Amino acid sequence: MPTINVDKYALFEELGEQFTEESFQQLCFEFGIELDKDTENDPSRPKDQAPELAIEIPANRYDMLCFEGIAMHLNIFRGKHATPNWRLVDIPEDKMQTLTITEDTAQVRPYAAGAILRNIKFTSASYESFISLQDKLHQNLARQRTLVAIGTHDLDTIKGPFTYEALPPKEINFVPLNQTKQINGGELMGFYETDRHLGRYLHILRDKPLYPVILDAERNVCSLPPIINSERSKITLETKNVFIDMTATDQTKLDIVCNIMVAMFSKYCAEPFTVEPVKVISEHNSTTRVTPNLATRTMDVEVDYLNQVCGLTESPESICKLLSKMAYTAQPSENPKLIKVTVPPTRADVLHPCDVMEDLAIAYGFNDLPRSSPNRSVTIGKPLMINKLSDIVRHECAMAGWAEVMPLVLCSREENFDWLNRKDDSKTAVKLANPKTVEYQVVRTSLLPGLLKTLSENKAMRLPLMIFEASDVVFKDESVERRARNERHWAAAYYGKNSGFEVVHGLLDRVMTMLRVAFVTHEEGLSGKSIDFKVTENPSQQDGYFIKEIDEPTFFNGRAAAIYVRLGGKLQRIGELGVLHPTVLEKFDLR
Amino acid sequence: MAPPNSNPAGDLTSEVLHALSKADPISSAETFANVPFESIKAALDRLASRSMVTYEQVEREEAYLEPEAETIVSHGSHEARVFEAVRQAMDGLSIQDLESKIGDKTVTKVGQGKAFKEKWIKKDGIKLVALVDSINDVTREQLKAIQETRRHDAKIIADLKKRKLLRMQKVISFRISKGPKFALEMVKEETDLTAEMLASGAWKTATFKPYNFNALGADQHAGALHPLNKVRQEFRQIFFEMGFTEMPTNQFVESGFWNFDALFVPQQHPARDLQDTFYISDPLKAGRPAPTSADDKQDYEEYFQNVRQVHESGKYGSIGYRYPWSEDESLRLVLRTHTTSISAAMLHKLSGQRTQDGRVPPARYFSIDRVFRNETVDATHLCEFHQVEGVIADYGLTLGGLMEFMDMFFGAMGVTDLRFKPAYNPYTEPSMEIFSYHKGLNKLIEIGNSGIFRPEMLEAMGLPTDMRVFGFGLSLERPTMIKYGISNIRELLGHQVDLNFIQKNPAVRLDKN
Repeated sequence: MPTINVDKYALFEELGEQFTEESFQQLCFEFGIELDKDTENDPSRPKDQAPELAIEIPANRYDMLCFEGIAMHLNIFRGKHATPNWRLVDIPEDKMQTLTITEDTAQVRPYAAGAILRNIKFTSASYESFISLQDKLHQNLARQRTLVAIGTHDLDTIKGPFTYEALPPKEINFVPLNQTKQINGGELMGFYETDRHLGRYLHILRDKPLYPVILDAERNVCSLPPIINSERSKITLETKNVFIDMTATDQTKLDIVCNIMVAMFSKYCAEPFTVEPVKVISEHNSTTRVTPNLATRTMDVEVDYLNQVCGLTESPESICKLLSKMAYTAQPSENPKLIKVTVPPTRADVLHPCDVMEDLAIAYGFNDLPRSSPNRSVTIGKPLMINKLSDIVRHECAMAGWAEVMPLVLCSREENFDWLNRKDDSKTAVKLANPKTVEYQVVRTSLLPGLLKTLSENKAMRLPLMIFEASDVVFKDESVERRARNERHWAAAYYGKNSGFEVVHGLLDRVMTMLRVAFVTHEEGLSGKSIDFKVTENPSQQDGYFIKEIDEPTFFNGRAAAIYVRLGGKLQRIGELGVLHPTVLEKFDLR
Repeated sequence: MAPPNSNPAGDLTSEVLHALSKADPISSAETFANVPFESIKAALDRLASRSMVTYEQVEREEAYLEPEAETIVSHGSHEARVFEAVRQAMDGLSIQDLESKIGDKTVTKVGQGKAFKEKWIKKDGIKLVALVDSINDVTREQLKAIQETRRHDAKIIADLKKRKLLRMQKVISFRISKGPKFALEMVKEETDLTAEMLASGAWKTATFKPYNFNALGADQHAGALHPLNKVRQEFRQIFFEMGFTEMPTNQFVESGFWNFDALFVPQQHPARDLQDTFYISDPLKAGRPAPTSADDKQDYEEYFQNVRQVHESGKYGSIGYRYPWSEDESLRLVLRTHTTSISAAMLHKLSGQRTQDGRVPPARYFSIDRVFRNETVDATHLCEFHQVEGVIADYGLTLGGLMEFMDMFFGAMGVTDLRFKPAYNPYTEPSMEIFSYHKGLNKLIEIGNSGIFRPEMLEAMGLPTDMRVFGFGLSLERPTMIKYGISNIRELLGHQVDLNFIQKNPAVRLDKN
């Protein structure tokens, strides 16, 4: 969730009320934002700095990413004022500023929009908020400028008509914002490579043959999106007329950003809440249009739906009144079953009547909604059979004196293979693409590494240590949709002054004896036969389990056996037990 | 059982009793000077426990010789050695000769001074001569006496201590008197009531050694279940009581489709960033959604297209996210970031079921299983944790019903006075964060999330529009850590756990504090 810092006293003044920390906390809670911090009594706050509130905003409320948006919505919520009527200045299309998009931009960043804020008056606070909103939009909705980038200019330093073109880097010459020397596009990457702020956006353009650029009528560079604006058109506190350019790879997000930018700051224009439009000419793909599009959206929403989900019995009029607290304009319609809900251009988060329904619940107060029984139908509880089976094994192990452990599912490739003297054939383990450390390279295919790591962490304890785990491992499996499947495994480890082979073997015998019923009734593919659990030296064809010597490098020579089960004449190897090879113990630091 | 006399304290108790019959009281420091402290204490305890003797502890200080004092005892005091050297030389000694004769500079220097003071020697020209025929080496005598008895006149001890010849040591001894049941013979004591005694009737006359009721019982070498799994079992029990069916969450690897797209999480959502989600490099790509068994008759291709359309251009009364939806992105494999991917698959399967009256049947599902986040590991974050998740699908559900249910669910584990806060979640609308007042922390803390799944998610599956689905979730680790005051999650989950913690963790009863 984005966090917005606002001047506490300025916000309270805008809200027309001096809140206590508790009462403001309460307001935020009801509205669905979160007061994260109040620096009023923070001893680390510099004396010359006004107290700030850090407010967390839900990730889809782009219209609350600045002081202006927070103040506006809290005021509307508290019935202090109505939702502004944002509108475009009425000028004929042939008198509008134009932004012409050339076809080449399609190769790198195809969409653009423009808007003008006329006769704006910035204070240092609103100027900072203006800059900060761009930054927040870049970080959140615009996904680090990959989807949308915003450039703002002092319109009196440049001249329209403007063009949005894609040019070879070397042909772009300009002095970047806050610099004194002219550079060309070819030098851009090198120039900002080590820049802490801008360096992280360079990858968006790197290796592109053409860079996007916004030029004025005299071919002065206004901005090179999504990296940097020009120094020439820089806005200042004194700027009167602001030209906003926006370029994008996603049309929907471009329109959202455009609306939010102008809606939040048009309040500082000489004629508040008006925006001068820009005609965006895009003939190559026939998308010529006027931006921004401040049109509202109207939705017909069923009264019954709203009332039923919220558990209310409000009249259409009363619902409309409640919805006005959430910045909607709503009216009962001719059809008494419907209301007409007008969604302001800023509420990009409203996709479906369910969003209106949630806002109705918020306006009413979540905690004030009438309660009703959630038990409308009878359902029967039931455990998952594989969990029931492994619970039997777990409880038998614990009753036999073993301690259950829960190591992680992720481990390093070495732990899963090399350290167990096993080979990674690349057909077994699922590998992660982007782990932050080597500890998490693969999804385990064996419970052994986790048990051995747990023993290693506890080897200072009084011996012997006896631990077990019954949990999932994962194998690659091309035959299923997710290309991998979980398998429930059970493993136990004994660590003491002697090898303890017979102790582990005894646990196996105990669990096998206890599993007889479970095997017969639940285990897939093993059903229908009773099992005689007598272990025979030379296993004949009778059902049951037995162990048989194996020679595998995980174990010490002559001290390991595979476990076989025969059910209904079908023989299957289901595991192994043995004394771990000293080289394995050494890897896990168990000497 | 061992015969009484094999006990090493056996002889000693008898000796104590005999000594007491001759003198009463006796001092252990005198009578048993060479017996180790522990032995005499053990013998006295045995006797005292039978009221055969009483004793009290006596503390006193004993003097021990420093190494220098031991030299004095064996060779004489410094002044005596000087006098002796001078006396033996008939014509007296020069100071240099004296020094070479004694062979120790300090002894010579200190001894000379003392011998002059005692008027044993005098200076005759450059030579030293004896004044008397013989002397009495008092210091040596005193130290000798102390060496034997460890004590002396207080004044003398103080003087010798000042000369750094002695060090004092506290010694504990016992003053022993006859007790009310004093006798010369100790009655044979049985430690245990045995089968033989029952058979022979010996228990009737036997005397039993008293138990020490302050000692712990024997270690049970007990096995143990992991504390986190014990809490998990409590949650499962609550779910079963409320009619929930456990979901098959044994599927860690998911496609972007099930983990995100099916839940109406847009493909540019921050949760899908590399910083938050583990992507899988091998295997490379998931298959398109498909039936998981032969009796699964759902149309997965239609579902896939529904999901595409609701994201890309909107459907079911929603304007959608309006972006070019990518099939490749949808088929990327991930480690599931929540078990809601399985809830989605279960709800999709549910949409194919019918009751006798032809409706999709109401259902309750739950799971408690492992989920994965590409977090930077710290005290409260691990890359793996357990999600507790519940889903209720039914007709006519209301928000008030969801809150009522959460009250019941958390009430079953003793958490009351819930508050619900509006929140944002891409797949639930409304979304409600659940808070509870924590007395220890003196504030509202978030204890879970809940909401009603979005129509964009449910209708794409083919669920009827009047069926609503509650979803709620919380982590298993967080309430466990709060309940048991664990500050570091790595002490709970993973190999860094302390086995003592597992073995000694008490039984879990979530409804009790």
